[in-house]
Amino acid sequence: MTIPVHWYLLLGTGLFSVGVIGVLTRRNVIIILMSIELILNAVNINLVAFSQLFNTVNGQAFAIFVITDAAAEAAVGLGLIIALFRNKETVNADEIDLLKW
Amino acid sequence: MLLQIAFLILAATTLVSAVLVITQRNPVHCVIWLIVTLFSVGGIYLMVHAEFLFAVQVILYVGGIMVLFLFVVMLVNLDVAAKQAQFRRKWQLALFTAVVLLGEFIYGLMRGKHGLSLTAAPTVATSEGNTQAVGRALYQTYMLPVEIASILLLVAMVGAVIMAKRKLE
Repeated sequence: MTIPVHWYLLLGTGLFSVGVIGVLTRRNVIIILMSIELILNAVNINLVAFSQLFNTVNGQAFAIFVITDAAAEAAVGLGLIIALFRNKETVNADEIDLLKW
Repeated sequence: MLLQIAFLILAATTLVSAVLVITQRNPVHCVIWLIVTLFSVGGIYLMVHAEFLFAVQVILYVGGIMVLFLFVVMLVNLDVAAKQAQFRRKWQLALFTAVVLLGEFIYGLMRGKHGLSLTAAPTVATSEGNTQAVGRALYQTYMLPVEIASILLLVAMVGAVIMAKRKLE
């Protein structure tokens, strides 16, 4: 009795959509970054599910690359947030409109 | 059957805590719920026999990235932001768009799910464990991508330090 693959894909879809909703609706930049982490985890679930379906470990290797990217993205993003907070004293994404006319 | 119940419990935990991540007001609570989400995603990894990936998830994500997030939540003064509106003005539109996207995804998935069941999955009986197999894939098949990823991490580290440090007068 195994789990059908489309269950994993549905879970990945749900997690991806929650992440997209978080990115689109929240104002706090830190929580937007966390939503991006949710999206990356949804991708990982898909990769791992297909890795099991095809009975290889290539998908797991790619999931490790995605985790590496997530680490790099979190480091750079959080550095940006600290620099931004030092200059503008806000973490709200819609108040950061320096480039907008 | 037991496996499916375990999967459903893990999936429900993942989705509920993910929704709590994007709805909580206090960023520290968001970080805690994100840790719960990451742990249950790690449980999903265990269910597909990706034990090494589970270890990476716990050590790197929960141990590393989440501590980084907590540090920044601590460094940045969020008391003002916690009292303001948490959602954008046009959040209904964004929610509607995302729900439509979700509906499209689910529709496509349910239509094409029969193509996903490979009847004869090539079961290669290997004596080596999961960690050994992943290591073999990473250091033999994906040697160059691993090096590129390590350079990416180095660049990200330098970039984060440069952006976060104070300007010298």
